[in-house]
Amino acid sequence: MRRTITAVVLGAGLTVALAGTALTDEKDWGKYQVGDVRSGYTYAKAETRAIQDDDFENPAFLWVDYGEELWGTAEGEAGKSCASCHGDAAESMAEAGASYPVYDEAWGKLMNLEQRINQCREENMRAEPWKWETRELLGMTAYVRHQSSGKPVSVKIDGKAAPFYEKGKESYYQRRGQLDMACSNCHEDNAGGQLRANILSQGQSNGFPTYRLKWQGVGSLHRRFRGCNSQVRAEPFGYGSDEYVNLELFLANRGSGLPVETPAVRN
Amino acid sequence: MANAKPRVKLPKSAAKGEIVQIKTLISHKMESGQRVDSKTGEKIPRQIINKFVCAFNGKEVFSADWHGAVSANPYMSFYLKATESGTFEFTWTDDDGSVYTKTAELAVQ
Amino acid sequence: MTISKATETPSRRQVLITLATGSFALATITALPRWAKADTAAVDAATKELIGDATPSEGRITLDLPQIAENGNTVPLTVEVDSPMSEADYCKAVHVFAEGNPLPNVASFRFTPACGQAFASTRIRLAKTQNVIAVAEMSNGSVYTAKAEVKVTIGGCGG
Repeated sequence: MRRTITAVVLGAGLTVALAGTALTDEKDWGKYQVGDVRSGYTYAKAETRAIQDDDFENPAFLWVDYGEELWGTAEGEAGKSCASCHGDAAESMAEAGASYPVYDEAWGKLMNLEQRINQCREENMRAEPWKWETRELLGMTAYVRHQSSGKPVSVKIDGKAAPFYEKGKESYYQRRGQLDMACSNCHEDNAGGQLRANILSQGQSNGFPTYRLKWQGVGSLHRRFRGCNSQVRAEPFGYGSDEYVNLELFLANRGSGLPVETPAVRN
Repeated sequence: MANAKPRVKLPKSAAKGEIVQIKTLISHKMESGQRVDSKTGEKIPRQIINKFVCAFNGKEVFSADWHGAVSANPYMSFYLKATESGTFEFTWTDDDGSVYTKTAELAVQ
Repeated sequence: MTISKATETPSRRQVLITLATGSFALATITALPRWAKADTAAVDAATKELIGDATPSEGRITLDLPQIAENGNTVPLTVEVDSPMSEADYCKAVHVFAEGNPLPNVASFRFTPACGQAFASTRIRLAKTQNVIAVAEMSNGSVYTAKAEVKVTIGGCGG
């Protein structure tokens, strides 16, 4: 009797584990896979993908809706809203989500979407910048990036952006923390493998800001970076830090061709 | 709770007798009362939406009692048999007494 | 009860790779709760509070839940009851309980004949691998029940 129970249990467990592997390896993922590059979408369970696929059921749209509301709301001493200069976001922001971060002449370094939004608020609207991970900044970033939804990620890594790209690349392969691990150890060397009961993805960034089931809310890519750093017992860098923005450019390039999925739904 | 914005999805029109699907979503943390504050060691008090009501032309057609085990940003979908044109009123009631509402119209031929 | 779709038979190489990456750990983690005691007493008490002394029969309920939850804090749940939903004969409520949660009540859905169909879909939180139980109350006083097991696994890096 005992042996039968063990066999049944192990059999069930094996089926469960194999189910995970088979699902993520065999399927034709269409636009979510470009050569060997796979979106996090392809590692998620069917129920999770179903939530992302439905614009109504995807809870991240609660944030996107808020971003849309803010887009048309005047704020700051200049009395302008985003719409005052940028008009219809669907037109003016069509490419931004697929091409950021970019090198900014005045800054002399890379600038990502969150930073561009805040820079516009400060310089053009003369309004207070929004803090990272506030509903305002997440909502606006998700709303703006969502305008590029479906467009293939395509970033510039040559010219003035090149040295920052190189720094981001170096950062990706740099071991860090008490666990002495680099991003590549999980997301390149072991993508598709299991980390306890989770399946490791390639760690692509095309769906950020993302609704993470773990966060029960939308969060930025930098929040994810900080989590990953903490989990290998490394000191995380700050939100909007040069280290993270450079890494962002490297990641974007690593995921070239994947569709912008913002706002994605991930575990 | 501030920023508890609801979304509602249903067809704008339906044939008489048709059964239509209604989907609703509202942003809310749904603090279950089970989480422990890592700083104080105390349980974070429960604050959830405990009741959802859908009324059509003033009459309650569907309702739900929610407990702490309903996920954050609660999603609720159900059906309604279209018999006459009218107005929906959706109501979400928070533990703290706040009430969030949203209305929608349905045209029935 | 719905069972998630079966997958294609994996190749031998895939089986070996999966074993090598610790699937047995997964089997153990998800298998153990089978022997752990679920709090059926708490569910029974909560059920009695809602439906009184009625004894539920099996059937008429379709309880749709994933076999394995991506994350225990957002588990899609759909419940449907086979009922004509007429004034004379309709399903008036479905109560959902979670055997392994700190508190057994999850939600109660209350229908009227105006619904046309006894159907409710939402997302729930499950603390660990456990049975989810649905109890349907009909207008004529009869009561039905169904249950489904959902595996909730320990996550990767940081849980």
